[in-house]
Amino acid sequence: MQFPLLSVIIFIPLLAGLAILLFPAERREWIRGTALGAASLTILLSFILYLSYDSPVAGYQFVEELPWVPSLGISYHMGVDGISVPLVLLAGIVLFCGVLISWNVEERPREFFAFLLFLATSVFGVFCSLDLFQLFFFFELAVFPKYLMIINWGYPKTREYGGMKLTLYLFIGSMISLLGALAIYFGSGAHTFDLMALEKAGFSIEFQRMWFPVVFFGFAVLGGIFPFHSWAPDGHVAAPTAISMILAGVEMKVGAFAALRVAIMLLPQGAQYWAWLILGLGTVNVVYGALIAMVQTDFKYVIGFSSVSHMGLVLIGFATLSKEGLLGAGMQMFSHGVMTALFFSIVGMVYDRAHTRDIPKLGGLFQKMPWAAIGFIVGGLVSMGMPGFSGFVAEFPVFMGAWRAAPWVAIIAILGILITAAYIFLVIRRVFFGETPSELLRVEDITVMDKIAIGLLVATMVGLGVFPSLLSTMVQTGVNHVLSLLGGA
Amino acid sequence: MAPYSGHLLTLILFLPTLAALLLLFFPARWASFFRWAALIASLVPFLLTLSLWLQFVPDQTGFQFVEKVDWYAALRSTYVVGVDGISLPMIILTTLLIPLAILASFSIKERVKAFMILFLLLETGMLGVFMTLDLLMFFVFWEVGLVPMYFLIAQWGSSNRNYASLKFILYTMGGSLGLLLAIQMIGVVTGTFDMQTLFQTWPTAKVTFLGLGTPTIKAIAFWAFVVAFAIKVPIWPFHTWLPDAHTEAPTGGSMILAGVLLKLGAYGFLRLVLPLYPVESARYAGILAGLAVAAIILGALAAWGQTDFKRLVAYSSINHMGFVVLGIAAAAWAANLKDTTTAAIAVNGAVLQMFNHGLSAAGMFFLVGVIYERTHTRNLTEYGGLYARLPIYGSILVFTALGSLGLPGLGGFVSEFLVVRGAWPVFSFATGLAMIGLFFTGAYVLKALKQVLHGPVNKHWQGNIAEINLREIVVIAPLMVLMLVIGLWPTFLLDMINRAAMLWY
Amino acid sequence: MSGDNTNMILAILPEISLLVLTAVVMVLDLVWCSERRRLLGWITAAGALVIIGVSVAFSRPVNGPVLIWGGMLRFDDSTFIFRMIFLAGAALTALFASETENLTHHGEFYALMLVSTLGMDLMASAADLIMLYLAVETTSIALYVMAGFFTHDQKSVESGLKYILFGAMTSAVMLYGFSLLYGFTGTTQIYQLGNLLLTGKVPLFAQVMAIMLVLVGFGFKISAVPFHFWAPDVYEGSPTPVAGFLSTTSKAAGFAVLLRVMIAMFPPQAVSPSPSQAFTVIVATLAVVSMFVGNLLALAQRNIKRLLAYSSIAQAGYILIGVAANSALGTSSAVYYLMAYLLTNLAAFGIVTIVGKTVGSDELSAYAGLSRRSPGLALALLVCLLSLGGIPPFAGFFAKVWVFGAAVQSGLVWLALLGFINSMIALYYYLVVLKVVYLYRSEEDSKPVAMPVTWKVALIVCIAGVVVLGTIFSPWYGAASSAAAALF
Repeated sequence: MQFPLLSVIIFIPLLAGLAILLFPAERREWIRGTALGAASLTILLSFILYLSYDSPVAGYQFVEELPWVPSLGISYHMGVDGISVPLVLLAGIVLFCGVLISWNVEERPREFFAFLLFLATSVFGVFCSLDLFQLFFFFELAVFPKYLMIINWGYPKTREYGGMKLTLYLFIGSMISLLGALAIYFGSGAHTFDLMALEKAGFSIEFQRMWFPVVFFGFAVLGGIFPFHSWAPDGHVAAPTAISMILAGVEMKVGAFAALRVAIMLLPQGAQYWAWLILGLGTVNVVYGALIAMVQTDFKYVIGFSSVSHMGLVLIGFATLSKEGLLGAGMQMFSHGVMTALFFSIVGMVYDRAHTRDIPKLGGLFQKMPWAAIGFIVGGLVSMGMPGFSGFVAEFPVFMGAWRAAPWVAIIAILGILITAAYIFLVIRRVFFGETPSELLRVEDITVMDKIAIGLLVATMVGLGVFPSLLSTMVQTGVNHVLSLLGGA
Repeated sequence: MAPYSGHLLTLILFLPTLAALLLLFFPARWASFFRWAALIASLVPFLLTLSLWLQFVPDQTGFQFVEKVDWYAALRSTYVVGVDGISLPMIILTTLLIPLAILASFSIKERVKAFMILFLLLETGMLGVFMTLDLLMFFVFWEVGLVPMYFLIAQWGSSNRNYASLKFILYTMGGSLGLLLAIQMIGVVTGTFDMQTLFQTWPTAKVTFLGLGTPTIKAIAFWAFVVAFAIKVPIWPFHTWLPDAHTEAPTGGSMILAGVLLKLGAYGFLRLVLPLYPVESARYAGILAGLAVAAIILGALAAWGQTDFKRLVAYSSINHMGFVVLGIAAAAWAANLKDTTTAAIAVNGAVLQMFNHGLSAAGMFFLVGVIYERTHTRNLTEYGGLYARLPIYGSILVFTALGSLGLPGLGGFVSEFLVVRGAWPVFSFATGLAMIGLFFTGAYVLKALKQVLHGPVNKHWQGNIAEINLREIVVIAPLMVLMLVIGLWPTFLLDMINRAAMLWY
Repeated sequence: MSGDNTNMILAILPEISLLVLTAVVMVLDLVWCSERRRLLGWITAAGALVIIGVSVAFSRPVNGPVLIWGGMLRFDDSTFIFRMIFLAGAALTALFASETENLTHHGEFYALMLVSTLGMDLMASAADLIMLYLAVETTSIALYVMAGFFTHDQKSVESGLKYILFGAMTSAVMLYGFSLLYGFTGTTQIYQLGNLLLTGKVPLFAQVMAIMLVLVGFGFKISAVPFHFWAPDVYEGSPTPVAGFLSTTSKAAGFAVLLRVMIAMFPPQAVSPSPSQAFTVIVATLAVVSMFVGNLLALAQRNIKRLLAYSSIAQAGYILIGVAANSALGTSSAVYYLMAYLLTNLAAFGIVTIVGKTVGSDELSAYAGLSRRSPGLALALLVCLLSLGGIPPFAGFFAKVWVFGAAVQSGLVWLALLGFINSMIALYYYLVVLKVVYLYRSEEDSKPVAMPVTWKVALIVCIAGVVVLGTIFSPWYGAASSAAAALF
């Protein structure tokens, strides 16, 4: 009987969260300690998962299966492949850093950490799900932690609006996918929600063409696809730092991943039919997102829009339906997740100390918080696809895939790199260098916990940039499987 | 011995990075520790390079000291490095100039730790470009070198550094976008990034996209490569980033910018454009030659009109690099005509000019830095009669300036002669014009010397200006020696280059 | 014969036990003094549990559905399952009602509730139109009195009166519909009616008329639009536990009747135009209107009882989607929904009761800072509202997915889509309540909320039930499916 590694990873945060809710509210040490313990255990186990995944063997591994509602064909079915293992690792890393960043939360830490952990369970659950009903179960589980965390601990001026907008927008997106998923369930004739079985189900071309957009776009809303992306900047900016990290760093990947797992893998001919649309929208994401980021004066909005831009590359990678494109998309999900978590964490550190996010009012912060500045610079280099960092090893294959599918996309989207470089350098200079405004002269440096988080995230991005094979071999195996489903056309 | 000799290039390439990482752990207050540590750390690659040079076999075709390891297997890109007679001089130049530039930067007072670390990272970036034999890794190192330079200019530069550094990096990155796209396309079409394979397969590969035929696509890709490299060299009219960047950079930065970074562009032409696009290079060689001449003449004229000493030297770089490009263009044209002798001569000239200009430009920028530290002005009109006060400095300046001018007996003459000799048969008109450019070169050099050293002594500097010190002499001396040696006995370098060129054709 | 009789008696043993329990409660009420009478709530609840046990032990149909008592009742799994739902609702309501002033010490209240439950049991098992009518009236009359129980409170009296008037009127219309059916077919036995209608002797027009009239009565019971007008006022005015009972158990009974009658009389047919298609269209329309009216009007509410009332109307709409699907899956999901909904809404009204008693107001603004005063209560409210919204890991998620799924399976994709849209609208106002509870502050933040034991027990049972139904679906879904299967 194999150790149920995936179930343990998924449920440790849940159990820790429930335990935390039982603690008295004043016992901050217990609360924080439990949260950190759970996060540490989770990151450790996800790392072990990463090391234990057998790339040469490939396929779904660590599979656990238990009947849940047999009469409806629902089972508790967990498993990971080459594409989901990096995402599990990503979630572990971001959760861990999120807990560290939130170490000094003053306001109701008990509820804060409990909800944070519930959110983590949801995310892990989706990545590991091999049953379609179960995937939705975990997917929707995230709704209430997200909402409550944004409105309670978010930026006071916009949190109610941002939180509600984000929640409702994502809810309707997921409901639309659910509609599509139900259609798949009934249409397959196999009376099962098992993804592995549904991959082989063989839907008719008309069915696929009709239902692919429904399922794909429902999930892609969470991935931030244009024009359904407007929840992202408002929601991310309104959220407290740790939630912004998880939302942009992991949740958006949940959407993209589900779009891949459910829409592309189960309805491959539908994907081929609609690929042109996704390519176009993804390109708009990349360029439009970068342009809007450039004109923002709020530090956090810059990052929020840059997330929209970078997810565009993931969508382009998917839509190329090619070996390199899908590889790049898989790598970009990981790389961007780490990068944006780093960005939001540093923005949070700056805001906590300077009490403003207005770029004209910031400056010279390199003096005060050098680690944060360096972290942001590294993140910036990643975001503009600078070689030597994980962003390049992710974006390059996406463009290669674009060359195969639609060369125009490659030519237009590459502008995104230049625009990104421009605004990143400008922001770095304005926020971290130059003169320190008088209000900021007393700003303190970041804490040890913050530094550990930054260090971990930077090391990940540099490590992957220098040694892309750390992930690319694994992702490649998952991609091969997807290609085999597509190749059956 | 095997780990050492089997991985000599990797050692040279990554020792600076390793040193940089180690330096991270020391407290920033120990300024002089960082200076000396960086200097010693940068001397090691230089010594290793000398050893490499001694073991290099000039008569062998192909690349030597090749090391190959899978890097990004999923994209079929490998970490593969090797040297031949073209890249080895560049590596020597780089590993020589970095320690000298570090030594020159001993006068930097603020944030020495960050400065030195950036410098060492910069070295790896540039060496990587020269050593790599994989197209994707070429791009990686190409871009990687930009970031340390950006920060060096932005943090330690002069008054207009923000504008200059941003322009530098955005201009260069923008230019490389085309290169990036072309490399991606090559990878998709041929399925590999290995240069040695591509040299065989790409010139004859059939490639169609968007309904356009092979010649069109190849021409577009050719220009994409050319633009990226042209910006770096720089070739007129893509040169406008250079004067600002060179002028605003700190002394050590300018030395490396002019001494090595510009060569990356020219190297790109030699290593990639000519072998991969022989047909297109020949077809458009005329245009390149024309642009090269424009650079020579206009660069010289612009230099003559400067009142800022450093800016003058910057424009002189444009002027000198023009010769490199002229040589490359001539080689492309001649090779197409199967005139291998001319082509070889032109390539010889180009590569030697790259080396020489590296030495002289670094020297000139250094000397400008020396005088700036003492006078805190770069305005030529504010100098005057300094020879009387600083005779040693004056002599050194004269020597270096004449070396940059191409005085026979010093290195510059040999390389320029070779370029002209190679270009004359194929681009006679252009070469003729280039001679006029040489005339203006002489003019601006002498004018600068006159304004700085001769004439009545400016009362301002009476009695409170220090002579050039020992450290500074140590910096400039190797450059001067090399210039002299190359001028008198070029063979020691030329031989290696020549055989490579001959074997090439 | 006697074996038959024994079996028939065993079949209605729970109903008989309910009568006994009612009598016991009334006697105890007379005999006991005031303080002891507080235990009446526990007695009722315990009794209801005992009856559940009795039902499981003795009154479980083993050989498939059987008509008993001369065709008056049909003893099948549907009866069995719904009976348990009603008894559970009664038990929980009894617990919530104890410790409520003016209810606790009044044995009549519990007695009335038990009688109402009895009526509901009969509603669920009725197989004859006359029996059905009797059962409906039994239930309703008891409920009318319960609604107006607070005789000193004008609102309560008013709500009871409204309820009677509305109920009487719709009952009359329903009876007319019954008479039409009898007139055309000559029988009041539901299943015979079904067969006769299938033969096609009855004109379609008449059938449709009959459906519509009958639906008036049923619609009233389930508070579907446009028969919902009584609901907000009655819920608001009546004692809160009664509102809870009304919105859950009574509604469940209404659905039980609706399902049985409609499936018996209008089974899904392939030929078109068929009465079952008409039935589907009418019910789907009712569902859509209920959802939209309920949700849109709930958006504007500032009183939480009214908000829950409108939310209940919308919830009825979702369940009607399952009914409209007219399939085994649709019916199973509807029954499951009712189970989930029972626990959720009872808990919600229970919380409203508690907070109303402590803070003295049912306005939404009174809930500000509840998460600080009583985190447990706030969490319970969170569970309820999210379950109503259809969010996992709570029961409402599974229920909604399958109700909509049934619609998709039957080809009513547009209906499912409208259902999803409405879920989003509903989520909005549920989240607003949660926002008030968690984010907003009040001066009373530090004053904890007192909760007597009965309420704690009831609340814990409900919440635990919601979570269990939200994660471990199989046994409950199995029960729902067997109930559904029995109807077809």
